[in-house]
Amino acid sequence: MAKATRWRRFTRSEAFSGYALVSPTALYALLMLAAPLATIVAFSFFKDGYLTVIREFTLQNYVDTWADPVFRAILLRSLFVSGMVTLTTVLIAFPIAYYISFNVSREMKSRWLFLITIPFWTSYLIRVFLWKVILGYNGVINSGLDILGLIDQPLNMLNNVQAIVVTLAHAYAPFAILPIFVALEKIDRSLLEAGQDLGESRLMTFWRVTLPLAMPGVVAAVLIVFIPTIGDYVTPQLIGGGKVPMVANLIQARMLDLDNKPMGSAIAVSAMAIVTLVSLAFLLVNRRFLGVQK
Amino acid sequence: MTNRPTMIEFQEVHKYYGDYHALRGITASIRAGEFFSLLGPSGCGKTTLLRTIAGFEDISSGAVMIDGKHMEHVPANQRPTNMVFQSYAIFPHLTVEQNVGFGLRRAAGTPAEKARRVEEALEMVGLKGYGRRAAHALSGGQRQRVALARALILKPKVLLLDEPLSALDKKMREQMQVELIKLQRQVGITFVLVTHDQEEALVMSDRIAVMFEGEILQLADPETLYRRPNSRRVAEFIGVMNFLPASVLGESGGHVQLEVAGLGRVDIEAAQGSGRATDGTVSVGFRPETLTILYEGQTAMDRETPGTVDEVVYYGDMTYYDVRLDGVDRVVRISMRNVFGRPVLDIGTRTRVAWSAGALVLFR
Repeated sequence: MAKATRWRRFTRSEAFSGYALVSPTALYALLMLAAPLATIVAFSFFKDGYLTVIREFTLQNYVDTWADPVFRAILLRSLFVSGMVTLTTVLIAFPIAYYISFNVSREMKSRWLFLITIPFWTSYLIRVFLWKVILGYNGVINSGLDILGLIDQPLNMLNNVQAIVVTLAHAYAPFAILPIFVALEKIDRSLLEAGQDLGESRLMTFWRVTLPLAMPGVVAAVLIVFIPTIGDYVTPQLIGGGKVPMVANLIQARMLDLDNKPMGSAIAVSAMAIVTLVSLAFLLVNRRFLGVQK
Repeated sequence: MTNRPTMIEFQEVHKYYGDYHALRGITASIRAGEFFSLLGPSGCGKTTLLRTIAGFEDISSGAVMIDGKHMEHVPANQRPTNMVFQSYAIFPHLTVEQNVGFGLRRAAGTPAEKARRVEEALEMVGLKGYGRRAAHALSGGQRQRVALARALILKPKVLLLDEPLSALDKKMREQMQVELIKLQRQVGITFVLVTHDQEEALVMSDRIAVMFEGEILQLADPETLYRRPNSRRVAEFIGVMNFLPASVLGESGGHVQLEVAGLGRVDIEAAQGSGRATDGTVSVGFRPETLTILYEGQTAMDRETPGTVDEVVYYGDMTYYDVRLDGVDRVVRISMRNVFGRPVLDIGTRTRVAWSAGALVLFR
């Protein structure tokens, strides 16, 4: 009796309607994200029985993974590449976001944001491929330089880390511009006048007022760029030409080419753990900038 | 007060925003150590004028001088002025003491000396012990005090206040008015206040410039401004003023003879006739407290006119009566102090109103 009324009260509560609203999404996330992830984690603790998975608990996959110099080298390269991509992207994105927020008139801002989202009109794959056309042996840059007579033979610009960084930085720039722009927009302009009123030059005001207040946006941009790029599969494959694999390529090779699912899973979980650790460390370093703007 | 040196001087200052003429030839000077107010309705250019002092607005022509120096090529961060912003502009990422000490980075002295100065500034505005609090956790009144301390710690020659009290509730505002006056006397710095609140300007200022549409209409001390407004616009903006149509009969020997509707023939001194009317009509103005309702047995000291009570507004300490004088088709407002034992009159009561020619102002 008491239970029935409590249930009825619960079904009428605001919490219940909240749960009801999120349940389709929650169900989808549970089935499509949490379940596969749990499978991967479970696989990483199972034994490989060549073409089958033997369901016996073992830590051997992790021992083998971390003992493998190839894995360590590729993980380091992945960290380096996505670190470089993040740095490049944020350094390019900040001045653009600053320009739109501070120099573009109110009516023109939405037009600028619209222009920035235009790259999203084409698929990621095509944008990556585009760089192959630009950087390739007979590509735009090489033929351009050739016509100008600046080179005798085409430069080799593909199949290296720099090409991967350029491609990824271009692909992720809008993701970095938008959060920084939002953070800059939230800054009360009288704060900048106050900085100058209190004796600081424009540059020092930027350093002491604008930048600290823009940091929540910068932190968001860093995470948005860093986390997906470290696991990027397409760009190292197409632009790197398979010569400079990153961790996603390694996982793919272990999982499919060698059909060692437990080993592939162990690498995936290890890489995820590293990304989580790096991101948390970054958040910790910047925690004093977060959550100050009301 | 009058023989103090000039601190700020505006010489024919014009400011255009595109086609919009925001400041139309401002010429005025603000004396060292005075509490000066720029008063006017929104859009009159008072904030723009203040910002030309701070260096946040360039002027289109003319000159702004501070302490005898031309400010044309002096950026905001090198001017001897500090500002309390309307929004207070407290840095949300810093603590109270970091906010107050923000401008001390380039100042001489050891960190310990600077910390002591911050402590003193906080004590001066009544925020002792608040130094380590996060700035975004402060109330409106506390933010205002932090903004004051942050500006005054740099010992500016001029403190600029842009509607600093408008965000506070009435009680807090009145308290801060008194505190600001005391603070100004204590530090002796020139204060320039921008406000749209005429009462606030009257209470706080040594002198007030009343601005309309980019021009200063009158610059005077509060009493002159209240008693002898130089135009109907100023008279209507500051306090309540009654107007009655009038005509000039003649002028002679420093006196003006008038015929005023409801009051009859009046003889005033020429000094009372300096007011301008914008539309060319001649009228006479007087404040509600210069009229007195006569009770039975009382007689007027000077002149009296019969009328009928049209409306009664009771305020506790005061009562406002709208009285229709005989022979006039409009009411005049009269304020009476509610002295003990004196009854509040009912609507429709026949009454006599005492007045004096010396309290009239002629607008023509």
